[in-house]
Amino acid sequence: MTDTPRIRRVGLQGLLVQFGDAMSEPANRAAIAFRAAVDAQNWPQVRETSTSLVSTFLSVDLAATPPEQITDALTELLHTQDWYSAPLPAGRTLWEIPTLYGTDAAPQLEEAATAAGVDPDTAIAELSQARVRVLTIGFAPGQPYTGELPPHWDIPRQQALTKSVPSGALVVAIRQLIVFTNASPTGWRHVGQTAFRNFRPDSATPIALTPGDEMCFPSVSEAEYTRITAQDTSGDGGAQRVVLK
Amino acid sequence: MSDVIEILSCGPAVTVQDRGRTGFLAQGMTRGGAADDLALYEGAALLGQSPDLAALEMVGMGGSFRVTTDTRIALTGAPMTALLDNAPLAWNASHLLPAGATLNIGGARKGTYGYLHLGGGIDTPVMMGARGAHLSAGLGAALSAGVTLPIGPDKGDTVGMTLPVADRFEGGRIRITASMQTEQFDGATQERFTATAFRRDARGNRMGVRMDHDGAPFVAADQLTIVSDVIVPGDIQIAGDGAPFVLMCECQTTGGYPRIGSVLPCDMPRVAQAAAGASVTFEFVPFEEARAIQTRATSERATLASALVPLLRNPRDIRDLLSYQLISGAISATSDPFTKGS
Repeated sequence: MTDTPRIRRVGLQGLLVQFGDAMSEPANRAAIAFRAAVDAQNWPQVRETSTSLVSTFLSVDLAATPPEQITDALTELLHTQDWYSAPLPAGRTLWEIPTLYGTDAAPQLEEAATAAGVDPDTAIAELSQARVRVLTIGFAPGQPYTGELPPHWDIPRQQALTKSVPSGALVVAIRQLIVFTNASPTGWRHVGQTAFRNFRPDSATPIALTPGDEMCFPSVSEAEYTRITAQDTSGDGGAQRVVLK
Repeated sequence: MSDVIEILSCGPAVTVQDRGRTGFLAQGMTRGGAADDLALYEGAALLGQSPDLAALEMVGMGGSFRVTTDTRIALTGAPMTALLDNAPLAWNASHLLPAGATLNIGGARKGTYGYLHLGGGIDTPVMMGARGAHLSAGLGAALSAGVTLPIGPDKGDTVGMTLPVADRFEGGRIRITASMQTEQFDGATQERFTATAFRRDARGNRMGVRMDHDGAPFVAADQLTIVSDVIVPGDIQIAGDGAPFVLMCECQTTGGYPRIGSVLPCDMPRVAQAAAGASVTFEFVPFEEARAIQTRATSERATLASALVPLLRNPRDIRDLLSYQLISGAISATSDPFTKGS
């Protein structure tokens, strides 16, 4: 592959700045920081921006705007600093989301622990103490892909899909954790259950999470989880939020 | 109490749609909106109003509707049988729907997505910047019998116009441009892709449309190691089964399957409208040509109103023909038109 970062056209619909050919923490950090820098430019041709795991996307009507106009400006912006070591944008949020691990609510904890080579109690301790970052949001509205967990959590997705995990399911694979937005089939293993709702269409802020936010999933008892689900109407599922400096 | 359109009955996939919502890509939500956005412009031209107003999108079949006030309507997209109190209505045309009358819209005669536009648009509450349902996101829902929808204030009064439209309902040649992963497919694979006659698979919806073909699956060089990256509507993804899947307006925002190319936005209505079994071929066009084609289409879309013509009714379709005063205004051959009092 050619060197990164590199700029690619996305059909007639925009430009993509790719910071890597595989997931890596520095490339993810670069994509998030670079997106913030692009947004700060307020280029009139840019309709909106987003990030994937290791890239920044600029939505631009390339029929109306000659791509060179933007690629030249992007190249210049890329040269202003080393994006791989850029600090993350300020004002991010740390979300602490109470999680019920294992039990009938999250039946694949033991299986995932075995795949990671630890016993179930160790798995709960590790997952509930891990502080992970929202690497990207995608697949469904507000659905976070977070990471990275320690290397022994580089467990493969299942060959056969689980028919359906519920909304709020915490699932694991490839050193990442996902909280599902909607009930969905998945190849990731269902290790915990939260009452956090990624997407609240009727709320003033329908989508709470932003790439770069940090998350942790502290373990709570079944009784505490039941109490949260009985009382929470906000969709926060008992989550605490802390603004990161 | 505002005036409403009432759904007396409808097919399983009738939704409120508009041009969709922008600004939520980073948060996992694609634009959505009408599957055939050209139809929104046609409806707007027929009613002399903004293409941003919401309409009803009807997949495969329509429904039975009634309004509480005399309402201008336009019918666009996939042609469907339409009856106003049992009298046939022309498609691609504007009409007056009197209060209390019943509008019946049946199955699509060709194509997939039909649209019912109202003068003033459908005035349901705006959700995250738009009125259109985004079904895959879980925003809004398909409509059902008994639902009433508010109608916005109508500033126009013209009806009885028609818009000649090119047939975009039966597949055909779809123009695509290279995208960020096209080069992951070798030259021979790209050539075979454009030489292949595809059929629109029955598996297709607002998220994506699968294309069937005979012959070997299409495979990219690094099929399994491509890192998940941005998806835009129009991208042609080659999934594990080697069949192309054109991503539509409600697609996911990111994906890890390689994409062989991206359909020009102006050809997306043709992909959306192709019915199951329709033949489809793909043709790469060079980037500058793609830009020119798209620019031309955008300007044509903006000036559709100049192509409007009065709807000429076929006398056979006028059920009460004899009640019309057909000779009013005829000139007498014998009387002198300049004679006072004649």
